[in-house]
Formats: sequence, structure tokens, C-alpha cells
Amino acid sequence: MTIITPIIDEQLYPILEQVSDPEIPVLSILEMGVVRLAQLIDGVVKVTITPTYSGCPAMDVIGDDIKSILKENGYESTIKLVLSPAWTTDWITEKGRKALLDYGIAPPLGAEADKDVLLGNKKLVGCPQCGSTNTKMVSQFGSTACKAFFQCEDCLEPFDYFKCLK
Amino acid sequence: MKNENLYNYILGVADNSMILGQRLGELCGHGPSLETDIACTNVSLDLFGQVRSYFQYAAEIAGEEKTEDDIAFLRREREYRNVLLVEQPNTDFAYTIVRQFLFDVYHLLFLEQMQNSEDETLAAIAKKSIKEVSYHERFSTDWVKRLGDGTEESQQRIQKAVNNLWTYTDELFHQTESDKVMVATGVAVDVTTLKDAYYAKVNSVLEIATIEVPESKWFQKGGKNGVHTEHLGFLLADMQYMQRTYPGMEW
Repeated sequence: MTIITPIIDEQLYPILEQVSDPEIPVLSILEMGVVRLAQLIDGVVKVTITPTYSGCPAMDVIGDDIKSILKENGYESTIKLVLSPAWTTDWITEKGRKALLDYGIAPPLGAEADKDVLLGNKKLVGCPQCGSTNTKMVSQFGSTACKAFFQCEDCLEPFDYFKCLK
Repeated sequence: MKNENLYNYILGVADNSMILGQRLGELCGHGPSLETDIACTNVSLDLFGQVRSYFQYAAEIAGEEKTEDDIAFLRREREYRNVLLVEQPNTDFAYTIVRQFLFDVYHLLFLEQMQNSEDETLAAIAKKSIKEVSYHERFSTDWVKRLGDGTEESQQRIQKAVNNLWTYTDELFHQTESDKVMVATGVAVDVTTLKDAYYAKVNSVLEIATIEVPESKWFQKGGKNGVHTEHLGFLLADMQYMQRTYPGMEW
């Protein structure tokens, strides 16, 4: 069965919320949609996480961080990495999108719009600094696997755009 | 080993991505511009990520406490099953891009089919990877068009790379004995069925790029059975050095 909505025990929420992606520290792994399951079963917390990109080097760190923060809170845990269903940027929460924008990363657009901007057909990505959509793509690949590199043609600031993954 | 055919099949698929990933990784800090340098290493990272999923699965099948690192680093040249195309060196940026393009078009067609594999793990890896590989294909296709239909020099370099790498394309559609067994069980992709779609796509892009499609019907083969070009040995020497010198070392 495909689990789209993550299953997370209520008492674990405030703990897991403190873990963030080391490359995007403003975004908790819950807002990112990386945690698919976290349940206390027979005294052990079973956590299932899924990578954003296959080669994301942050996954090992995220797994270790989850283990150690749960331990600080008195829980033993097991971490399982699953690939299916594959992560999509649709799983980033509204709060997460706002956090990205405030941090200076333009949040992902929908699939069609994303294709348009990455092919350079349309200007739709808003500059996180000045809000202008008069922006251009510099490179489809940016500082990490999940981002493309953009520049604002009004305020001239370079910035990252979180690519749509569907 | 139980399931030896499945093990061989997974390695055949994964070795393509690993060797190409290693080639692209060589460009780290050496790309022709900062953006292309970062792009090539991003693609490399995606490929290595996919390879880890394949090798972890292969290690599970192999048993005997084999690890993903053993499979990646401790095989001999003849035990690698990648196609000859991906081991060809980064002669210049045109070569790098044409090699990438010729592989990406295949890779995308391949993963589209592997999503329907009877093997759940392989299907899951395909569903994950296909999202990444569609970015790779877009990147290399754009560059082939841009450089092909570019200046006189860039056009000539792309044409030369296409002429020289073309001989390695047919091997993508060959099957090993293990492949045939796995196709029959519904686990493997029957690559012979991808050939027409592949050349149709490649030729259409080359046409836009004002590049002539080579007419030669003579093709190189051997990689899938472990018989490689001289380039692979050098690549492996570089890649395996650390594990061979300090066995069992971890990052």
C-alpha cells in the first residue's frame, strides 16, 4: 500500500521537529516530508525515512540525528530507509515552503511550471529577496542535488530554486 | 549463490551508473565552467546514490556478509559489466556531453520499463531514479543542441565525439545469458525492445543540433561480458586505490 500521509505518533512530533536537513537548517525533516512513519512499538521507536534524491548525502546524518535526539528523550529507535513511494516536493508542507522562502531559497513550483522555467520558456520563479519574477535560470543544477541556480534580473541577487520533483 | 542470475543482472545495470558516475566525478573542480562543473558532479552524485541502492540489494542477495563497498571496490576489471560507452574518457567537454547524452536517452527508456519489473526493489529504485535521470537527459540534450548548432569549432567537436562514440551505442541493446533468464521471469527489461525508440530520439536531437548521424554499421561490444577498453583499468586503479591500500576503511 502506498502511504502518502505520514503516520507519526503525537508525542514524537515535538522531538522529531527539532531535526533538520543539515543542508537546509531552517527546514525540519517533518516539514520536508522525509519522515514517513514514526511509531512507538514495544518500547522502541520505529522510524521510516525516505531520501529526497538517491544520492542525498544528508540522509546518513539525518538518520544519526534522529537516533541521538530520540535517545536524549529516552527512546531507543530503529531507522529504516525506504525508496517507495518515491519522495516528491508535494510533500513539503506549507510551513516548510514559507521557511524555505524566508531562508532565501525559492520553493518548488508545480510540475508544468517547473518544466517551463527550467527550459527557460517562462519567468515564474519569484526572487526570495525582492519578490520579482523577472528571474533567469543560470544552471539546472545548483549547490545541492535538489536545487537549481537562478539569478534575479531586477535586484541582481543570485539564489537557489528548489526543483520540483514529482 | 542462490539467485546468481539476479545478482549478475543487478550488477550489469548498476555498473553503468557507477562507472559513468566516476567519470563525471573526475570533473569535480575541472569542469569548463563553474555551472557545468557543478552540473556534472550533481549528475554523478545522483548516479552514485542509485548505485548504492542497487549494490545494497545485490549484497543482500550475495549474503556471506558481503557489503555494498565490497561490490563497488573489490572486483577485478573483468568482473565489471558496464557497457564500453560509459568508461570512455573525458577527452573534451564535447565528449563528456555526447557520452552523457547517448547514455541518458537509453537510461530514461530503460528506467521507464524497469518501473514495471516483477521485482519490487528494482521497480522502486527505477521509480526513484527516473525523476533524477529526466533532469540528466534534459541537461545533456540541451548541451548537444547548443554546441552542435553553435560555433564552427563546437559543432566540429560534437560531430567528432558523435563519430567516435557511435560505435559503442549498439552494445546498450545486447543481452547476456543472465539478462535473458531474468527477462523471462519478468524481472529484467528486454533492452532489445528499446532500440528503435532510442535511435529515433537520438537522431531527432542530432538533427536539431545540425550533426550528421554516422552511417557505420560496425559496433564495438564486450563490456557486458567483462571485456573492456584499456580505459577502464586506469579508472579502477584510481577508484579502488583507497580500499585496496587501507582495506575496510570508512569515510
